[in-house]
Amino acid sequence: MAAALNNKEISAVELTNQHYEQINAVDKDVHAFLYLDKEGALLQAKEVDKKRAAGERLSPLAGVPLALKDVMTQKDVPTTCGSKILENWRPPYDSTVVTKLKDAGVIILGKTNMDEFAMGSSTENSAFGPTHNPWDLTRIPGGSGGGSSASLAAFEAPLAIGTDTGGSIRQPAAVTGTVGVKPTYGGVSRYGLVAFSSSLDQAGPCARTVLDAALLHQVIAGFDPKDSTSINQAVPDVVAATKKLDIKGMKIGVVKQLAGEGYQKGVENKFNEAIAELVKLGAEIIELSCPNFEYALAAYYLIAPSECSSNLARFDSIRFGLRVGDDKVKSAEEVMNLTRQAGFGREVKRRIILGTYALSSGYYDAYYGSAQKVRTLIKQDFDNAFAKCDVLVSPTAPTTAFKIGEKSNDPLAMYLNDIATIPVNMAGIGGMSLPCGLAEEDNLPVGFQIMSPAMKDDRMYLVGGALEAALLSKWGKPILDFAPKLVGSK
Amino acid sequence: MAAISRNEVANLARLARISMSDAELDHLAGEMDVILGAVARVQEVAGADVPPTSHPLAVSNVTRDDVVTPSLTPEQALSGAPASSEQRFKVPKILGEE
Repeated sequence: MAAALNNKEISAVELTNQHYEQINAVDKDVHAFLYLDKEGALLQAKEVDKKRAAGERLSPLAGVPLALKDVMTQKDVPTTCGSKILENWRPPYDSTVVTKLKDAGVIILGKTNMDEFAMGSSTENSAFGPTHNPWDLTRIPGGSGGGSSASLAAFEAPLAIGTDTGGSIRQPAAVTGTVGVKPTYGGVSRYGLVAFSSSLDQAGPCARTVLDAALLHQVIAGFDPKDSTSINQAVPDVVAATKKLDIKGMKIGVVKQLAGEGYQKGVENKFNEAIAELVKLGAEIIELSCPNFEYALAAYYLIAPSECSSNLARFDSIRFGLRVGDDKVKSAEEVMNLTRQAGFGREVKRRIILGTYALSSGYYDAYYGSAQKVRTLIKQDFDNAFAKCDVLVSPTAPTTAFKIGEKSNDPLAMYLNDIATIPVNMAGIGGMSLPCGLAEEDNLPVGFQIMSPAMKDDRMYLVGGALEAALLSKWGKPILDFAPKLVGSK
Repeated sequence: MAAISRNEVANLARLARISMSDAELDHLAGEMDVILGAVARVQEVAGADVPPTSHPLAVSNVTRDDVVTPSLTPEQALSGAPASSEQRFKVPKILGEE
């Protein structure tokens, strides 16, 4: 697309319009978008076309459309986080990611659906209804960034932004046959990303190929003084790494704990076939043990709710968002209580209560304190592993996409979806998911996860790019070409 | 024995400033009991000698220079407020009738 734009075979306005046509045709079934900013997008596209015609030097992604997860602020465009409590809120400022996208001439088509405040693994927790997986509309597109991944798989957008607190970029990518990358924590600014769990949240690129993700990564990453946890170091050259396609002699670690019980047979088979491809490419495979990963899920479901109970205190019915029950008689506290009852969904309330409990005196040491210690042990497991290998790999999610409604009444079953993605967030390192085939039981996509040490994001792109090329030549066509065609799709 | 009682959940909801109906409390108390039973495993593994990690990066007290930078106008800052008046956020009453 970028090349076609550059060679002036198509204008940014035409490309943008084509994507809105596709959205009009299929989004009534997929429901990837919560809001479309057609006017703003076309204005941006016109600007890019004008600059290109004038011969200005443009960024490689100038004129390429993108879908933005509705947890990122974009000035004067609704930002709901999938929650009733922020319905109709239009932020007065751009997040740093949006500023960088606009500067690069990337066209923002609209905002995508998500689990409320990014809490969930299926996008069923959105207050505005679920998103449907383009591979099978009765199934979930993953979560929390199901809208972003579904928009890619449905060809409604070629690029998307996601955020990943426990797997919300990678697991949706896995179950929709797309690519999703969670950069090193601190690699992409959190300024303007509505906080869920501040020590775990990280925004990143979503795309249909590893190279597209790399190009987008390069646009959004980098030091930002507006984010106190931003890393002040040069961004690794992930684009060059992706193009290298040479992994001879690289040491790739397979984590013993991220396999076996709970993992679907077809997921394990496709994962092992991908490992065989890596061997053919000359990589050395090492089996490794990370014994404390077993406790990662439990620790995550204490740390994330604890941070969320604090972060979500800002939705107090005073400064922005919903206010319920203000009849001039009720007190501020009563109004606050009623607003939060009406504005938050079940999962958000569950996590606020759980976090409030884990942080309360008398329970703090046993729950939140112990979880923080587990976090230390997980970091040590990664340090030991990366002393022996360059990257670690595992399946991204234990199963392929499940049916909408199948797990929505069982929080623990839902939490298990994140079992392989959570350790990466706990340690703040980089993680990527790319498709590695279709499970034989259900013909649905399987995700392959690559984990790289902090600020060595180029390594996962190197391995991801090489594996993707090998699988592409094996399949003869991109994985999304195997998906059933959506009704009305162009 | 349940890890957490319905009364405790009601108290947590009060602390978290969320009104809850009886039905909501009944449901949540049951769920919380199951979830707490599962996450309590974190207590099995880490001994007293393991230091806690609160954050992946070892940074502390990051500050910026004390200079004025462009910021939101009062109108912009109040643009999302449910109620405002005279460039201020307007809140429901905070003192009881005397």
